[in-house]
This record gives sequence, structure tokens and C-alpha cells, in this order.
Amino acid sequence: MSPPVPSKILTDDVSLLMVLIDSNPHFWSSIKPHFSFSKFLSHVLAFLNSILLLNQLNQVVVIATGINSCGYVFDSSSGSVSQRAESLLPKLEEFAENDESLSERDDDSGNGVGSSLLSGSLSMALCYIQRVFRSGPLHPQPRIICLHGSPDGPGQYVAIMNSIFSAQRSMVPIDSCVIGIQHSAFLQQASYITGGVYLKPQQLDGLFQYLATVFATDLHSRNFLQLPKPVGVDFRASCFCHKNTIDMGFICSVCLSIFCKHQKKCSTCGSIFGQAQTRDPSASQQRK
Amino acid sequence: MADKQQQVVVKRARHKSSVKDPGTPGVLKLTKDRFTFMPNDPSSPVKHNVEFRTIKGHKFTKDGTKQALLNLTQDQGGNYIFEFENFPDRNVCKDFVASAIALSGEAGRTVPEKSAVPIQDEQLSAAEMERRIKLLQEDSDLQKLHKQFVIGGILSEAEFWATRKKLLEQNYSRRPKQRVALKNDMWSTKPLADGQSNRVTFNLTPEIILQIFAEKPAVRQAYLNFVPNKMTEKEFWTKYSRAEYLHSTKNVIAAAAEAAEDEELAVFLKQDDMLVNEARKKIRQVDPTLDMEADEGDDYMHLPIQDHGLPRNDNKDVLDSQYEPYRRSFSQHLNQHAAVVLQGRVIDVELGDTRSVAEALARTKHAELAKDASDVYLDKERLERISRMTEIEDLQAPRDPAVAPLSIKDPRDYFDSQQANAFSTLGDTVSGAKQLKCSVSTREAYCSLKECISEIKFQGLTEPTINSEVAFKVLNGLAQNISSNKYHLGRNPNESVLDSLPKITREELLLHWSSIQELLKHFWSSYPITTKYLLTKATKLKDAMSQIYPKLQEIKESVQSDLRHQVSLLVQPMLQSCVFMDQAFCCRP
Repeated sequence: MSPPVPSKILTDDVSLLMVLIDSNPHFWSSIKPHFSFSKFLSHVLAFLNSILLLNQLNQVVVIATGINSCGYVFDSSSGSVSQRAESLLPKLEEFAENDESLSERDDDSGNGVGSSLLSGSLSMALCYIQRVFRSGPLHPQPRIICLHGSPDGPGQYVAIMNSIFSAQRSMVPIDSCVIGIQHSAFLQQASYITGGVYLKPQQLDGLFQYLATVFATDLHSRNFLQLPKPVGVDFRASCFCHKNTIDMGFICSVCLSIFCKHQKKCSTCGSIFGQAQTRDPSASQQRK
Repeated sequence: MADKQQQVVVKRARHKSSVKDPGTPGVLKLTKDRFTFMPNDPSSPVKHNVEFRTIKGHKFTKDGTKQALLNLTQDQGGNYIFEFENFPDRNVCKDFVASAIALSGEAGRTVPEKSAVPIQDEQLSAAEMERRIKLLQEDSDLQKLHKQFVIGGILSEAEFWATRKKLLEQNYSRRPKQRVALKNDMWSTKPLADGQSNRVTFNLTPEIILQIFAEKPAVRQAYLNFVPNKMTEKEFWTKYSRAEYLHSTKNVIAAAAEAAEDEELAVFLKQDDMLVNEARKKIRQVDPTLDMEADEGDDYMHLPIQDHGLPRNDNKDVLDSQYEPYRRSFSQHLNQHAAVVLQGRVIDVELGDTRSVAEALARTKHAELAKDASDVYLDKERLERISRMTEIEDLQAPRDPAVAPLSIKDPRDYFDSQQANAFSTLGDTVSGAKQLKCSVSTREAYCSLKECISEIKFQGLTEPTINSEVAFKVLNGLAQNISSNKYHLGRNPNESVLDSLPKITREELLLHWSSIQELLKHFWSSYPITTKYLLTKATKLKDAMSQIYPKLQEIKESVQSDLRHQVSLLVQPMLQSCVFMDQAFCCRP
């Protein structure tokens, strides 16, 4: 960790930026004609370098989100001298290799774009931020920005909601820049609940301009800047049993877990629900 | 004799022009809107016939004091004091007066048609009615609902208030009357020295006497002991004033001389032993775990002369030890005074009688002492607290997980964002149906990913990173987006569609919303419909609901065209509930 900073230098606008990059290979190959991973990387690298130029004490940490794993690929405060963003490239390559080796052999058929492990990288980002919080009273203000394009995986609903709530509790805003085709309900909720910015850029080849205009703003300046707001937020939840997105369902009155069908027992907290009044006794009798 | 319905109260009473006045005996008659007083002696000029409308308040003495008084005050400052033969009589009149004043106050303020208290079939006490009326006066929304349903005959009073018991209780116990604290003026006994003659005048009011008794327990004790056995009250205060005068001259030796002569004066001049005991007790009760670390800033003993520009005279006159008890310490006096002022008024006796004040204070002090002495529980709590503060964290077992309070958000926050959202998600799934199809195998996908990375590694970043025209387009698009959002949704993310409507429409919508909620609540509570009473009630509710339906439609039409869509989204669930209630009623078994 960097040596403790005297308070005179640590001004309001010093930020710690956690960048979560979507490295889902299926997603990137499906979007190939419009936007390529290399162009994306060039925009992002330029953006990261400009963040590091804004303030001497800014820190940037990059986490790659794969389909089987997540990993740290860049930390600007490691080493004696603040590093340039390009040094993430070899690490990113290494990460891609590792991720590939973790995927199963017989998954060769193309069956749609799977989702990447957003919940994992959110958790890693939050852990890093907690470590920074505990390093002392003087630290830069952290925020998380997700550059995400893969579709939402309903199976990750619970984990993502948990990370969102812990980010809310630690007062860490989650900004989202969605580069995919459709909106992401999880990221909309994340930005809404934690007070971050949600944006789906209309023109992907101007990505750097979007990043520099909207997402480079530090938390202190956001008090007097007007940033884009989404029109509505998709608050729908996924059920805990099948991970489908549902509008109406059953809720356990003890732990508030959501189910799409009537259940006898709550799978999260184990409380037994009241029996339906008509069928059960006669059914058991009939069986006898 | 009081009428059973409590419409009229007649009691024997004396009318007094002031508290000390013996008063004119007569008969006091109270009705709902006025009171009359007829003296026994027909030739007496004291006759009163006053409407309650002009009476703004009433005061009374506590039960158990010498006189059972009731004082009715008017706005302009006039008042009517009545003395009753006994306290029960006085209390009956007092309750009646309270409700009469409340009633007349309310009638004066609201619309005339409401001045008739609605017919009730339950026995209500005057206090209960007063509470309801006060609650209605404070909450205008509640008043509108009440007017709509109870006066309109749809619900009865009992039903309306049945679900609001908690509100009534809360309101009642909420506000204690504001009490006046003790004065902070320490020099209230400063004498007026007459320049010409050698006389010094002290002015002692009951208020000052109370303060003296509270601050100097020795004086209080002396009063109780000496008066009226050894000296009269006047003599006592003269001696006390003399002692104060001696103190103010700061002549310790003269004080000692006089004290030697006069035994009673010595009591006032010497240090207060009772105070010392009290202070000792307080010190013992200080928390031993209190960490008061002193540093250089706390050192006020060794200030150099140059520091504050004030010379210190270090010449403390070292007096003979026989004079020590007569020296009064200013800081002690100040501390004691501050403690008394902060404690506030501990007794509730009228200040006229000095002796009763002294006795009451002495009683309070005794009670406190007794409580402290026998307060085992307090000791135990202290010990527990001390052990908690000095515990060693490593040696402790893990504590129970703390609970956080439940935070339930106002559904109105989500009211319109949910509606907008329902439409937007529909739109999304239609266009997002072209799901991304990944037609390459996993390995190929990874390969292309790695290729991209190496491409950048070798070629470096493109120059320029972004085309200037593209950048310009992006900036324009963002600016437009932000300004149009601001226009439609307002600056504040918490601002909703409701705020952009004109105020009247907004109020109407909210009123309809709350009346629909009330109607639904009562409608479903009367299910299943088993008796005729429930049937009539349900019919009335259904009719009321069907009246709201066209009003909502009207509101929808009247709104500006650009807001119409959002308003209709808002109004949709309300219209649906009207329709559903209708259907439910018609399809009942």
C-alpha cells in the first residue's frame, strides 16, 4: 500500500476508481462487426491514463470479468512509481488464458452468449475498497465503474443484490456503462440504489468521449454537475428457485425470499409455510 | 345537580375578582355556549352572562390546596375567578368548561354546517371528543376525509375512528405545557443602596426566595428551624440580608466579628455543610472510567503574565484560620447556582407561602437521598457499566449480532417510476428479441480475444483516440439527453410527475387516492356480508366509489397533453380499483 498521505494533499477530488471490464469472449465475438475488443481497449486505456493524470493521488484498479473467473489485472498504486495503464495488457492476456483453461472441453457448440461473472468482480472490488477503508483515516474516495455488455444471468441475482446492498452501506457508488445491445436490469438497480450513473452509449465509437464526460467526474464534483439519468429502473426480481425474472410471486414472510410457485418450505431460512386448507389431509387419506 | 346528558351544569360558587378577595356567593350555571352567575344577594352588582366564545382558556388550582378555584380567562385579559365548595364540584365544572371552550373554538373556525357535532350512538367523554376535534383541526387531510365520509353519511363516526385509535392516543399525550425555568440571574438579591441615607434595601420576591432555598440548603434548614419559633419571617429575612450585605463588602473580619455576636447570623455567614455533603456524594457517583487526560491547555494555574495581558495578584492574603469559614468562594457559589438552574423546578407548589416552599424542597431532597441510598439497582448498573468499559476485547466471547431497524420506504416514491418502467421493459423485450447469437466455438472466441489484446500491445493506441466529429456528436447527444430529462422529470431525481401538475389537481388526486384506500379498507372489512347492516354499508361504499370514477376521468381529460400519458398511468390503478369493487360487489355469493 502507498505510504500515508499528509492531509494537505488529499483534497476532495482524489478518487479510487475500480474498473470492471467485461472479458466475455462470446460477447465480444458476437458484437464484432460493430465494435471490437481492441477498439474498446484503446478507449479504455486512454480513459484510465487520463484519470491518472487528473490528480497525482488518483488510483485505478482494473478487474477483468470472465465467464469462469475474475481477476485483478492492473493496480496503479503497486510498485514504486505510478504505472501507465498499458501495463495491464500482458496481465489481461494471462487472465484470458487462465479463463480459457477453466472452461469445459465440451462446450464448443455456440448456444448463445452466456453471462459473465459480474457478482464475482463486484465482490472483489468491494473487498479491495474495504481494505483501503481500513488502511487509515486518509484515503481517496472510492467508486466502481462497470463496463459491461453481457446479458444478465438471473442465477446471479442474489449475489449481485447482496453486493449492491453492501456497496450502498459503504457508500460506494456503482456507475454503469452498458456496451451491449440490451439494457441490464441488474446494473440499473445497482446505479439507482447506490447513487451512481447509468448510461447506455448510443455511439460506441465515441466511447472515450462518454467515459471522459460522464464517468471521469469525481464524487465531490457530482454535487454540482448534471449527469444523465435513466428514465425508469427495472425493479423486477428473479425467483430464488428457478432464477426466472418474475413480476408477481410468493414471498417468505420471515426472510423475504422470492418464489415463483407455492412452496411448502422456504429454502433459504427453512420456515414452514401454512398448509393450503383444502387438499392435503384428504389427499394423504386417499393415498392410504 | 348536573343534567345527565351534561348539557347544563349548575353549582354553588363564589365569584372573586382576585385570589385574595373573599368573593360574592352565588350560583354558577354552565351551558354549552355560555355561563351565567347569579349572586345570592339580588342587590349585588356582580352578575355575569358570558359566552364561551369569548373565553380562551381556563386555569385552576390543584386538588388538595386551600381553595378550589377555577379561573376563566378572556382574550383581552379579563378573567373570572370562581371558588367552589369542594374539589369534585370544581372538577366537574372544569371538564365541562374545557369541552365547551373546545367546541366553541371549533365552531368558530370551521364551516358553519359542521358546527353541529355529528350524531353519535356511543357515549363519549368530553376529553375524547376534545381529542378528536383537536386531531381534525391539525390534520387537514383527515378533516377532508372525515367531512366526505362521516358528514356525507357513508361511514359512521365509530367506524371512522375505529382504525385511528393510535392517532388519538398519541395526540393526547404529546404536548406537555411549557414550563418557565428558574432565572439565571445570580445577583437578584443585590441591594439598592440609597446614596443619601445609610439605608440598603433588599427586594425579595417569592421567586427569589425559591431560588435561595434551592441553592442554599443551610438557609432553608435555618428557616424551618427558626421561623416561627425564634423569630418572625421578616426578622429572618432581615438577618439574611445583613449577611448578604456583609458578604458583598468582602470584609471577612467584620463578618467573623458579627457572627461571633449573633448566633443566627453565623448560620448565614458560615459555609454550608449540607452543600459540602451533597458535593461529596456527587463526586462519589462519578464514573471511575471517565478518562480526563489533562494536557498543557488545561493548565490555568501557571499562566505567565504576558500571556493574557492580565496581571495576576499572587498575594493571597493568608488569614488566620479562624476566619477561614467566613470566606465565601465565588466559584463554589457559581457552580451551585448553575446546578440549581439546570435542574429546573423540582416542586410544584404555589409560591405564596414561604414555609410550604421550604418544606416541599426539604421533602424533595430527602426523597432523593433516600432513593440514592437504597438504589441497589443503580449500583449494579454502574458496576456492570464499569466492567463493560474496562473489558479486554480479546478475552470476550462474541456478542449477539446487532439488529438494524427495518427501513420501509414510502410506496409513493416508486409510484411513477414503476409505471414508466413497465412500459419501457415491454419496449425492450420487443426490440431485444434479436438475441445475440454466438456462432463461434469457445476456443475461437478466446483466440480472437487474445488477438485483440496483442494487436494493441504491438500497435499501441490509435491516434487520435477518437474522431472529432464523433466526439462532437456524442457531446451534443448527451447535452440534449440531460436537458430533456430535466424538462420531463425535473431537476431532482426524487421529483415526480405529481409535482409538475397544478396544485389543485395534485391535491385532488391525492385526496381521491386516500379516499379510495379508506373505502377499500372498510369494504373488505365488511366481508363476508352476513347481516343487513353489512349489506347496507357495502352498498353505500360501492356507491361512493362509483362516484369517484367519473371525477378521475375528468381529471385525466383536464390535464395538459404532454403530461396526459403519465397522469393516466398514475390514475390507472385507481380506476381499476373502482371497477373491481363494483364487480366484487355484484358477484358476491
